[in-house]
Amino acid sequence: MIADLLLAPPKSTIPLYVVGIYLALLLGFSIINSRRPRGSAGEYFVASRSIGPFLLLMSVFGTTMTAFALVGSTGKAFDSGIGIYGLMASASGIIHSLVFFLVGIKLWAIGKRYNYVTQIQFFRNRFDSNALGYLLFPILVGLVIPYLLIGILGAGSVMFGVAGVPKWLTGAVICSVVLAYILTGGVRAAALANAVQTIVFMAVGLLAFVLISDSLGGLEAATQAVADNTPQLLAREGEIGHLQFLSYCFVPLSVGMFPHLFQHWLTARSAKTFRMTVIAHPIFIMIVWVPCVLIGVWAAGAGVEAPGGNSNAVLAKMVGMQLKNPWISGLLLAGILAAIMSSLDSQFVCLGTMFTHDIVVHALGEDRVSEVQRVRLGRGFIIAIVALTYVLSLFPPPNIFDLAVWCFSGFASLFPLVVAAVYWKRATRAGAIASVIVAGIVWSALFYDGLIAPALTGEHVDGDYLIWGMMPVAFMIAASTVTLIVVSLATKPLPAATVERYFGIGQKVT
Amino acid sequence: MPHAAQTGMSSTGKFAWALIALLAILHYDFWNWEDRSLMFGFMPIGLFYQALISIGAAVAWALVVKFAWPTHIEEWADSPITDEQVENR
Repeated sequence: MIADLLLAPPKSTIPLYVVGIYLALLLGFSIINSRRPRGSAGEYFVASRSIGPFLLLMSVFGTTMTAFALVGSTGKAFDSGIGIYGLMASASGIIHSLVFFLVGIKLWAIGKRYNYVTQIQFFRNRFDSNALGYLLFPILVGLVIPYLLIGILGAGSVMFGVAGVPKWLTGAVICSVVLAYILTGGVRAAALANAVQTIVFMAVGLLAFVLISDSLGGLEAATQAVADNTPQLLAREGEIGHLQFLSYCFVPLSVGMFPHLFQHWLTARSAKTFRMTVIAHPIFIMIVWVPCVLIGVWAAGAGVEAPGGNSNAVLAKMVGMQLKNPWISGLLLAGILAAIMSSLDSQFVCLGTMFTHDIVVHALGEDRVSEVQRVRLGRGFIIAIVALTYVLSLFPPPNIFDLAVWCFSGFASLFPLVVAAVYWKRATRAGAIASVIVAGIVWSALFYDGLIAPALTGEHVDGDYLIWGMMPVAFMIAASTVTLIVVSLATKPLPAATVERYFGIGQKVT
Repeated sequence: MPHAAQTGMSSTGKFAWALIALLAILHYDFWNWEDRSLMFGFMPIGLFYQALISIGAAVAWALVVKFAWPTHIEEWADSPITDEQVENR
């Protein structure tokens, strides 16, 4: 049976029709959405702070689950076995919710009280420093762009693997569709589309799991093949180190500094809106990751070869097995694209928002840029960033999916800054700036050593880049934390009037 | 400047936070490192255990939300700000 499955089935155009119908429905949604009354920048950038619990859950989850979660997790499980669930998923279930609860809710309250729209606005005012804002902008944009690239390239590789669609065409189509609905509806359109797309990719993911296991002879047969052929993938020994496992727990802290997630937090109607997100997030992660991890190890057990040695193409190959029923293949493709687009939209909107508020409006002054002009500027910057990212996607760097963990590590290395901003009154302007600079230097040095240098020498790198068995993120966070504390204690505290504006949260106001 | 009174946390709230800490510790299941046995005939025990951690996390977070919620946060967010704070925001 497995040998039959590995034979290349004839290509059908039906999956493309299914994907086309799905994309057309999304475009129809954007047209309907564009007819709804709107106008203010507050509506475009933070949905008038009116998003309810269900939409917040779906938009936050859809935004956090990227191409990496579907395509990358399957590929990682194919390479390293079931241990990657504990490494990346279950830890995230605990830590993401922890960050939502301890940081997200506080930032929502501060954002609402002082009418913030971006995280740079918050940091700039919290530390009373324009320099910090201008320092953070290129770093945050620079970390989001590879993240966008991962999405576009992930979509391209799946569509190419299953339906033979050229990667440049897939990239152009999904960028256009996402642009269509976010340009008309801003962050509310992104949240609504995320809700739809999250439901689609979770349902389709479960369908893929059932069908692929069925095609491999059932759950027990599929896993038995792994036990017979690649038993090492059923445990962690020899695949994942103990210190690697423990230090990986720092990576999910990145959600505390994702600018697109910050923007979604600000859309919440109330603090209570976060409750459903905090509780359901770990379960949603499990629903998406467990099937992907099993599909990855089943692929290895079934003797599937990663096309071109690229394990990130394994999911596409496994989905391709379903081409016996092209309608189902089309649905699976649509589900994978839904997961990818549900991250792209929020990231595009957030970059437009940051450029408008943190650069243009801040430089020109609040009174000199009307609300209509702000929305237009945001849209213009979004189009420019999409164009830039699309062009970059035509010349993909090697090991593109390895970039994901580096991006997350970069955001995580800035996490001490946000914790200090909301919990440590003694944190100073110099401490904050020094912390960001040191995080940037350490990240750049390790990134060069771990990814760029091997690529320049043509060296093939297997597995994660580790230092003394630990993930580099552990050293990045340690460096930025120590710098923040030492420099803050060595420099003059901020005026009490500046600091006190941000403390007193959670206390009864009388 | 509004007068503020710190709110306390119930013992159930403290228990809920302790549960989160316990789950974070139990997440490091070194005893499953080499174990390749299967649950229900198809689920590797290391994956099954970590899936249980995910379910446990959802339960623990439900308890934190129920018993350790920052009750006055919305009141603070909606309370009026001073002219000075308006200028500085």
